[in-house]
Amino acid sequence: MTTVDGRHTLDREAERLAYKPPEIRHDKQGDMEDEARINAAMHHFVKNFNTQTASYLDGCLHCGMCADACHYHVRTDDPRYTPIWKIELFKRTYKRQVGPFAFFYRLLGLKRHVTIDDLEEWQHLLYDSCTVCGRCSLVCPMGIDIAGLVSMARHGMFKAGLIPHELHEVAKKSAETGSPLGITPEKFEDRVEWMADEHDVEIPMDVEQADVLAVMSSIEIQKYPQSIAATAKILNAAGETWTFRTDGFEATNFGMLSGNPDWQKVATMKLIDAAIKIGAKMIVLPECGHAYMALRWQGANMYGKPLPFKVMHISEYMADALEKGKIRVKHVPKSVTYHDPCQVSRRGGATKAARVVLDHLGVDFREMQFGGDYNWCCGGGGGVVTITRADGLRRRVFKLKMDQVEKTEADELLSSCANCRQSFDDSQEYFNWDYKMGSLMEMVAENLEEDGS
Amino acid sequence: MDLLEFARGPALQVAAYILVAGTIWRIVGILLLREKPDYSEPRARGGLGAALKVIYSRSFTATPFKPATLYPKMLAYVMHIGLFAVVLLFVPHIMFFEGFLGFSWPGLPNNAIYVLGVASVASAVALLVRRLTSPVLRLISNFDDYFSWFVSTLPLVTGLIIPLRIGFRYEDLLAIHILSVVLLMIWLPFGKLGHTFLVFITRGTTGMVFERRGART
Repeated sequence: MTTVDGRHTLDREAERLAYKPPEIRHDKQGDMEDEARINAAMHHFVKNFNTQTASYLDGCLHCGMCADACHYHVRTDDPRYTPIWKIELFKRTYKRQVGPFAFFYRLLGLKRHVTIDDLEEWQHLLYDSCTVCGRCSLVCPMGIDIAGLVSMARHGMFKAGLIPHELHEVAKKSAETGSPLGITPEKFEDRVEWMADEHDVEIPMDVEQADVLAVMSSIEIQKYPQSIAATAKILNAAGETWTFRTDGFEATNFGMLSGNPDWQKVATMKLIDAAIKIGAKMIVLPECGHAYMALRWQGANMYGKPLPFKVMHISEYMADALEKGKIRVKHVPKSVTYHDPCQVSRRGGATKAARVVLDHLGVDFREMQFGGDYNWCCGGGGGVVTITRADGLRRRVFKLKMDQVEKTEADELLSSCANCRQSFDDSQEYFNWDYKMGSLMEMVAENLEEDGS
Repeated sequence: MDLLEFARGPALQVAAYILVAGTIWRIVGILLLREKPDYSEPRARGGLGAALKVIYSRSFTATPFKPATLYPKMLAYVMHIGLFAVVLLFVPHIMFFEGFLGFSWPGLPNNAIYVLGVASVASAVALLVRRLTSPVLRLISNFDDYFSWFVSTLPLVTGLIIPLRIGFRYEDLLAIHILSVVLLMIWLPFGKLGHTFLVFITRGTTGMVFERRGART
């Protein structure tokens, strides 16, 4: 019999002499000719160029500092994971085709043509090894938002039919059924009823007029259904007129993650239409990072005009409700550390909300060293957690997160993103790690004062 | 016309035209791209204030990144400060600028300029060594990186050797120095040295977008 010492990680990914790297998998969608793929990739990358993005590609100094901010590079020392290198092909094409001196570049043959082999190699760099966490964007001395460029490059890769198979499948399922995990309105209704019974909480469904539309992430509905009850408890306690809707419940947006703005718009419009239909003044987004980016910051631009309602992440909603006294919570005598979802905090600007909530909970809050906006990503964002071939790399970079959490010596680890939670759970199981990711919202729901309203 | 007259006259004049025209072309080429309005509800004011804030603040490294970037950042600071001091605070340079600006400003003693110039070149050499030895930099570097290094370091070197009089006439050394500046002026708008002006656009636009979200810049 053999047992693993739980204090030390069992690193199955470590290189050894007989280590043979797996066959590299380049996935393709559709049956386009290679040349057509290259053209599609580049066309859809440059299509939405503006002054900002053009200056980004023109302004890079090749100083390489972004490498020091990227968890993939820091953990592997592989120079290909240098964030700006991930958009090298697109940078090259920009200079050759679009930039102010494109004519000279073409005339003198200064920038090599991009080949299909290049694009296939870059599939790994743009998807498997980038969570669009944006940490690199904070180190760049030129202020270049490299993560934003990766998202644009993904638009090109999607149109070229060159994205990882799993992510494409999930995104396609999402576009076809309305949910990346194939959760139908009927199934959602079932889960909601089950949670209403199980937790003895009233959960309004398909109410025709309501001030607040609450939405969920499929990951929660499927893996963490208690989130449904927690959302209901909080909104009920705050005395909101609110509802879930079967015609607009899915907050995740795999169209955005995979790089297909058409699918992104379909998913976004479902929520917008449902909210408008019931005259909602607010959509409360679930514990999901990218859902926040998709609706809070990109939703109105998909809609083409300002949204006629407010959009709040659940952590922002809770902070606001606690500050206004709409809900009250009991003190929790525990030490807690908090993992910031990149799209809510670093890139979304709602970093303070979770801290306000934790303050009301009266916990001994232990900020991670360089937490908050400089937090290490969980490694599963940007759709990476769906890509199975990237599992090894994802777990390898997760070590940074483990170290960051362990140093706090907190009793509990919380976050406010089901996608982060999923990648934490996976690595926790893999490494037999002591910390289990909890939910900020669930902690609030469990500790609501009964006379809260 | 001897070499010095050529360097001071037509060469410098043509270089100045190329510098101005190339810079305008590059900036206009970028500014003319279509802007889409952002309809999301702002959390904070973006605008010019945010742009100026980040143009300033990104000159400094955020604490979490300091240990990893300290060495190249220090070199870059010394290189840039030395370069600016030599260009703008060396008395003969000030007299040259006064010739067409019509006003002057106090300079630094020649010895101080010499020390700053040497420090600047030394930093540039250390940065080049780093570029040639770091796996990340070797991968991402291209012709522009090396050529831009060459044309921006050359005027410093040609300037520093003038007082040494290593077997050449002063006039010839000065002519070579001016011609190296001419080369720098001609190349500046086209390659990465364009960051001289692009930095205001990249930092500024990032500031406007992220401050508007209330996010960290």
